[in-house]
Amino acid sequence: MNSPRIPSATTGTESGSASRFTATPFVRKKERREAAAKWIFFSMAAAMVLPLLWLVSYIVVRAMPSLSLDFLLDPPLRGMTEGGIWPALVGTIYLIVVALAISTPIGVLAAIYLNEYARENWFHRVISMAVINLAGVPSIVHALFGLGAFVYAAQFGYSVISAALTLAIMTMPVVITSTREALASVPRSFREACWNVGATRWQTIKAVVLPNSVGGILTGIILEVSRTAGETAPIMFTGAVFYKAVERGDFFPYQLNDQCMALSMHLFALSTQVPGVKPSLPFATAVILLGVVLAVNATSITLRVWLRNRKKW
Amino acid sequence: MAAQPEKMVTMPMTADKHIEIQDLRLAYGTKEVIHGITFDIHRHEIFGIIGPAQSGKTSLLRCINRTIDFNPAATVAGTLKVDGECVRNVRNVYELRRKIGMVAPLPVGLPLSIYDNVAFAPRCVGMTAKSDLDGLVEKCLRQAALWDEVKDRLDSLGTKLSGGQQQRLTIARALSHQPEILCLDEFSIAIDPVTTMRIEEVLKELRHEMTIILVTNLTQQARRLADRAMFLWNGEIIELDTNDVIFGDHPKDKRTYDYVMGIFG
Amino acid sequence: MALPSLTGKSLRPARPLWAVCGEKMLELLIRFCGVSAIIFVLAIFFFVFKEAAPVLWSKNFNLTQFLCSPEWYPTSVSNVRYGVLALIVGTACVSGLAVFLAVPFSLGAAVFISEFCGPKLKEVLKIVIELLAAIPSVVWGFIGLTVTSKIVQQMTGAPVGVNILNGGIILALMCVPIIASISEDALKAVPDTYREAALALGATRWQIVYRVLLPAAKNGLLAAVLLGVGRAVGETMAVLMATGHAVNIPHGILDSVRTLTANIAAELGEAPAQSEHYRILFLTGILLFFITFVINVTADFVVRGIRQK
Repeated sequence: MNSPRIPSATTGTESGSASRFTATPFVRKKERREAAAKWIFFSMAAAMVLPLLWLVSYIVVRAMPSLSLDFLLDPPLRGMTEGGIWPALVGTIYLIVVALAISTPIGVLAAIYLNEYARENWFHRVISMAVINLAGVPSIVHALFGLGAFVYAAQFGYSVISAALTLAIMTMPVVITSTREALASVPRSFREACWNVGATRWQTIKAVVLPNSVGGILTGIILEVSRTAGETAPIMFTGAVFYKAVERGDFFPYQLNDQCMALSMHLFALSTQVPGVKPSLPFATAVILLGVVLAVNATSITLRVWLRNRKKW
Repeated sequence: MAAQPEKMVTMPMTADKHIEIQDLRLAYGTKEVIHGITFDIHRHEIFGIIGPAQSGKTSLLRCINRTIDFNPAATVAGTLKVDGECVRNVRNVYELRRKIGMVAPLPVGLPLSIYDNVAFAPRCVGMTAKSDLDGLVEKCLRQAALWDEVKDRLDSLGTKLSGGQQQRLTIARALSHQPEILCLDEFSIAIDPVTTMRIEEVLKELRHEMTIILVTNLTQQARRLADRAMFLWNGEIIELDTNDVIFGDHPKDKRTYDYVMGIFG
Repeated sequence: MALPSLTGKSLRPARPLWAVCGEKMLELLIRFCGVSAIIFVLAIFFFVFKEAAPVLWSKNFNLTQFLCSPEWYPTSVSNVRYGVLALIVGTACVSGLAVFLAVPFSLGAAVFISEFCGPKLKEVLKIVIELLAAIPSVVWGFIGLTVTSKIVQQMTGAPVGVNILNGGIILALMCVPIIASISEDALKAVPDTYREAALALGATRWQIVYRVLLPAAKNGLLAAVLLGVGRAVGETMAVLMATGHAVNIPHGILDSVRTLTANIAAELGEAPAQSEHYRILFLTGILLFFITFVINVTADFVVRGIRQK
């Protein structure tokens, strides 16, 4: 170690107790570095937060001219250059509902298997790896899969069901991961107590594990809603279209085998495909999409914090 | 044994073998923690197991009710028979576990109401009639010396009870599936001495109903309660004999004497 | 006092048969769902490969040309050529730049959150990270197209704002929350005893960070960066909208490029089903699948390395 000695602290008692704890140049340097590091790291964290605030406020300001209740309820008008987003909004809700109805049961059961049934062996590892990869495969590859498997091989055609199936498989890792976390947070001693009195695995899960992790599972499902709402690439080639004529305020415009509009797709279309759009229109669409996603996430976070504060043990 | 016929008098008269263990070995991964032990536990006796930490007492209990299965690293060898049936070949493992009441060292109140805590096991086997459950819950709570304290708040959460109450709740739960064998794994470490004495009284009465295996760190507790005691140390039986011998002045092995007298090591 | 008999057989009811059978069925279903993740990954590979396969055996397809030629003329009338080198280079440039920009910021943010800030601020920052991570990629793409591209154009004087720099910035913004949150987990996983021991020796927090935490958590941080790379490579909508549309080998940071993902998104709609062009696009999908597969598996192994120690 070639670090400089600290003279007054190491030379013993003869230097006098008053001077023993005064800062030496080395200590001062150390403290300056500490302060500098703190500020550098703070600014890095700030660099992450500030763009978010700035971007969101910028988009909202630009979107202002178009934001109104009519914007939500109207269909796009005059070759999509004016009007609202109603069909896209409803389409997104359709996709979320169908995708969740498919992926949530499978995802939750898969997580139960991984956390409660599977043993720690190579097979368990392969499954975990598969979950990680399912989450890591690019969204466009999911789109190719959806096109090949659901649109062509299963002959669902370009439809809500194809798109929702693709989205379901793509977002399933979200449910699996958060459900696993929720299940793992239930102490093992509870399970052992149940096993000791002769309860089967499922009786244990039903009586003790699930009731105490249902909040965590719900958070995961809410997160999945936000993921599903935002994805564009997987639905681009499996069921979402740029435009579909829908009446203002019509709640049930699509069948399962119809094509549909979706918010994310609509934003993509408005900003790249349609010439002569009213400038504030894509911004307003972005605000709605962002608002939906962030609000859903905020709900999930609030729920999590609330659950953490009322644990039963 | 033949040389000490007077010891036989303290043994239970019905000395049939309830649990037979022969050359039981248990390893976690490559580390063997129980090195081939052989002994029997008689019906309706209180069998004390004493020994320092890490000597394989809890693992032994987990072998008996086969919750050791939940530890994937554990491998069990040798035979362990309950009621003459080898536990490893038992067809319905849940039936086996219901035959054995298990009380863990740390109290575990399930995050259910007190009533549901006790009614959990009977419900698992399909006992749903409210009147049956009410009777059973009251009986078990009374046996665990908890009824008077909780009878007015059976709906409150089991986890909200104090440590000692939770431990008695655990005992009530272990009794709720009407076991033939009751394993108590250091049940008293979380309870105050007065409650411990009350439970010990209960145990003395329960011994007419069931076989009790009492694992304990408190040698005095084993001395008070047990008919026979076993000194387990590092996964081996140092000595197994009647209480008078183990806790007397002349156990066969000096280590037993040292341990019981507190001058071990 | 004589206790009522506890061992009476009458009090030992058996479970009804339907309950036992139902439970068995349910457990079977649970097991099946557990394996489903494997099935899905295999199905993704199978169906994408199935669509791509015929072209692999066709006469005018050449794997070397596919991977090493920068000439991508899928709709040319006279001479159709499928070379994805330019796309691979585009992906590499944009993701490389993004990770280069994102890593210092996200690691810095992770260190700040885990070591320097108070509990309130920590909570707030973690929520912000989570919200940042939740912003859909199409919104990022829109921001890249309409906001940052203008800024990039003004600052650098580039002819077009949608270029590598712009895509890199947008992707960096997308990667930061992922890398930061995983890094923060890795730092959190370092036992507090390490910190206490270092504090007891008189170390400042900065010294703890770079002498103790970074070495102790380096595998986790590496995995975080790898997963960030995986995200950057696989991102589609943002790069489709923010990097311009030129299929060429870039000569500078201000050139427009197209990435593997954006290429599929841009052309799949126009490629007739089952045509050669269509199959080639699926083949690039397989390529992407393997790239991200390798990245994810590597990251997983890196993380396992920590656990085994």
